[in-house]
Amino acid sequence: MHVKRFAGFTVFFLILLSTCAQAGPEIQHWISSKGARVYFVRTQGLPLLDVRVVFDAGSARDGKQFGVAALTSTLLDAGAGGWDADTIARRVEGVGALLSTGVSRDSAWLALRSLTDSRKLTLALDTANAILRAPTFEQKDFDRKKKQMLVALQRREESPGALANVAYFKALYGDHPYAHPVNGFTDSVKPLSRDHVMSFYRRYYVANNAVVVIVGDVDRGQAEAIAGTLLRDLPEGERAPALPAVVVAPAGKTERIQFASEQTHVLSGMPVVRRGDPDYVPLYVGNHILGGSGLVSKITEEVREKRGLSYSAYSYLVPMARKGPFTMGLQTRNDQTDQALEVMLQTLNDFIAQGPTDKDLGDAKKNITGGFVLRIDSNKKLVEYVAMIGFYELPLDYLDRFPEQVEAVSREAVADAFKRRIHPDRFQTVLVGGGAKPGGE
Amino acid sequence: MSFLLRSLLFVVLALPVLVHSAEPQVHEFTLENGLKVLVKEDRRAPVVVSQVWYKVGSSYEYGGITGVAHLLEHMMFKGTKKHPPGEFSRIIAANGGSENAFTGRDYTAYFQSLEKSRLAVSFELEADRMRNLQLLDEEFQKERQVVLEERRMRTDDKPRAKTYEYFNAMAHTNGGYRNPVIGWADDIKHLTVADLNDWYQRYYAPNNATLVVVGDVDPNEVLALAKKYFGPLQPSSLKSVKPRTEVEQVGPRRMTVRLPAKQPFLVLGYKVPALKNVQDEVEAYALEVLAGILDGGNSARLATRLVRGQQIAVSAGAGYDLYSRLPSLFIVEASPAPGQTVGALEQALEREIRLLQEKAVSQQELDRVKAQVLANAIYERDSVFYQAMQLGTLETVGLGWKRMDEYVERINAVTAEQVLAVARKYLIDDRLSVAVLDPLPMTNKQPAQAQPGGRHAR
Repeated sequence: MHVKRFAGFTVFFLILLSTCAQAGPEIQHWISSKGARVYFVRTQGLPLLDVRVVFDAGSARDGKQFGVAALTSTLLDAGAGGWDADTIARRVEGVGALLSTGVSRDSAWLALRSLTDSRKLTLALDTANAILRAPTFEQKDFDRKKKQMLVALQRREESPGALANVAYFKALYGDHPYAHPVNGFTDSVKPLSRDHVMSFYRRYYVANNAVVVIVGDVDRGQAEAIAGTLLRDLPEGERAPALPAVVVAPAGKTERIQFASEQTHVLSGMPVVRRGDPDYVPLYVGNHILGGSGLVSKITEEVREKRGLSYSAYSYLVPMARKGPFTMGLQTRNDQTDQALEVMLQTLNDFIAQGPTDKDLGDAKKNITGGFVLRIDSNKKLVEYVAMIGFYELPLDYLDRFPEQVEAVSREAVADAFKRRIHPDRFQTVLVGGGAKPGGE
Repeated sequence: MSFLLRSLLFVVLALPVLVHSAEPQVHEFTLENGLKVLVKEDRRAPVVVSQVWYKVGSSYEYGGITGVAHLLEHMMFKGTKKHPPGEFSRIIAANGGSENAFTGRDYTAYFQSLEKSRLAVSFELEADRMRNLQLLDEEFQKERQVVLEERRMRTDDKPRAKTYEYFNAMAHTNGGYRNPVIGWADDIKHLTVADLNDWYQRYYAPNNATLVVVGDVDPNEVLALAKKYFGPLQPSSLKSVKPRTEVEQVGPRRMTVRLPAKQPFLVLGYKVPALKNVQDEVEAYALEVLAGILDGGNSARLATRLVRGQQIAVSAGAGYDLYSRLPSLFIVEASPAPGQTVGALEQALEREIRLLQEKAVSQQELDRVKAQVLANAIYERDSVFYQAMQLGTLETVGLGWKRMDEYVERINAVTAEQVLAVARKYLIDDRLSVAVLDPLPMTNKQPAQAQPGGRHAR
């Protein structure tokens, strides 16, 4: 157990945000016979392999059944191909493999890590294939997983930070499929049936809607065989249609939600950038300076270092298939909430008005490019980046080009991108906290 | 929640590296001033991680100054004579690095991850703040507020984290693991610059530290750099740390924690020795295997029987800290499934414990734990940071990094009978503490004075 000096969004950034390397990895790409996009990087030095099978089957595909994507994902390894959950777990863990499934707004995935030892790897891959190809969704497993999800939704009500996030996305996205939380709501999960899950699975867990990522110590021939095994007998199906465009609300609003906590959690921002957006690099560099670089960023400097108002104060950009949010956030003692929010917004307004200084920009470039190699220095980090490149169909040399693009960004380009794309008057602000309501219950 | 994380990721986080035939060895040096230097080559990427570990953590704190180790860790970024507040972080950032620090019960550590050519930048700054920290009152006042915010975020507004805090304070009577790492709020509020300075002067010295470097480096070049930057630092005469040996527990302990929450929660802890202080080391490894039998993944007993089989829990976990400096707790925790009471859940956990004491675990279960240990030993080598963490932890708690080499072999040698024996010896009532989180309505912050019936519907 330990307590860190600064809990930034490091992990988050590694997974979600783009970046690159002077000598990026050589990504090999092909289309499987079933129509799935396959991406492969050979790494050497350790006898291990990381695999991701990513589907365009995130919660944005829930339709009206909020939570069905998450429930489907969590049920995959609860029974498949004639094996029950116990057998699946024993098969995987008996060879020391790690297997998990997960879901976000844009995607759902299966992640597998295994040794390259052929007996172990074959067993792990066969199990993964069964999970993708023939999940049984038995009623008793469905009932159990649904109950667990409902409990998790109740627990969400314990957390002011989680509630702030739910309210924030609702404020940002209105009727868009990004608006609801990945796990849905109690009222939307309760009516879900096994049929909902099965039809979701049949529609979206198909080869044409899949991306396979393989990173590890195997050769091209083996990688092709691995992709074949993973997708064996998976129907070709159809790719999911493009999600609707995001309509950004013309006016900002502030929502205060009373919560019996010591701190108030604050989130403020708007939908801004999608993957492949031409403004992404200047926005990324600007955000790095403003609130994306931990303790040396302007927001942390003003909120935490100068005033001691928060442990964690930050801004981030999450590019998604459609416009993902630019978000600023902090948590602070209830009685100083307004002050902290004002300092944070003022920092943004100053940054938009003045843009970065030459020194700001130089420092940011040095940090991003000088440390770029750190972002892909392990198999685990690499597989996340390659999955991002594959899923969003970014150029294969994306990791090579990103540092060059950062290097080429000018002060004017950052200032211009922020002026054009970030509009504080259109920000949705959510505050959750304030302490107990007077009068109790 | 740090524990929860540890228990769920038991295999990933708790088990050290396999010494594979191809694995590069660790080079150990000691400078004249007593600084221990450990270097491990990992040439897979042109990066290096550098960590400075001090042999001091929250378990060294005594009444009234809890939180001092952690608050000092924050203040270590607030300037020396040579580098003003904040400059440390700015220099590391400008060199493309990332940095942070962490405080645990048994250690305080600082680290930088950098492209391999920048190692000297990290050494210069770390060496400087090892002996030349300037504790400015104005910076201290602000940072104390930051830490109080950190405490509110991590603990005060999280019912389970708070339950763990009360639980640890009950399970330990006088030993060092009684207090939370971050400190009690009132203690933090009353710390002074003088308290921090005393702490700094007493524990921050080359002969109380270990420098760990892992990455694409040449061990002799690292040694030369370490000599250049850390070599001139003066050692301290270290005062011995009073043992404060935990008194014997003489019966089960139980508490109810009533807090606004939505879900009840149950935690059991049995007092157990760690590798460092166990009489027969086999027992410590057997406890490690026992934790894996209960909670080493989805095929382990708690998930198989309680979450899926009986469906009495929505989640359940177990954990053991093989490498703690002091005897610690073997933890079992769980949340009841809807419609199940905490009492029924506790009985189910007790049945699992009894079963472990009555019947030897199966060969299949043992093989599964051993297969996971073997695989994880490879997986962990994917992270230079984690490799450095392992070296630093073992060295700092006083076991010595070489114990890492034995891990896979020692686990492999554990038998079902040995697991049975430790279950019988340690998972007993007289060593047990139990805490129950009993949810109060979320809208009412303070428990009312009188609670008719004592128990609250959610």
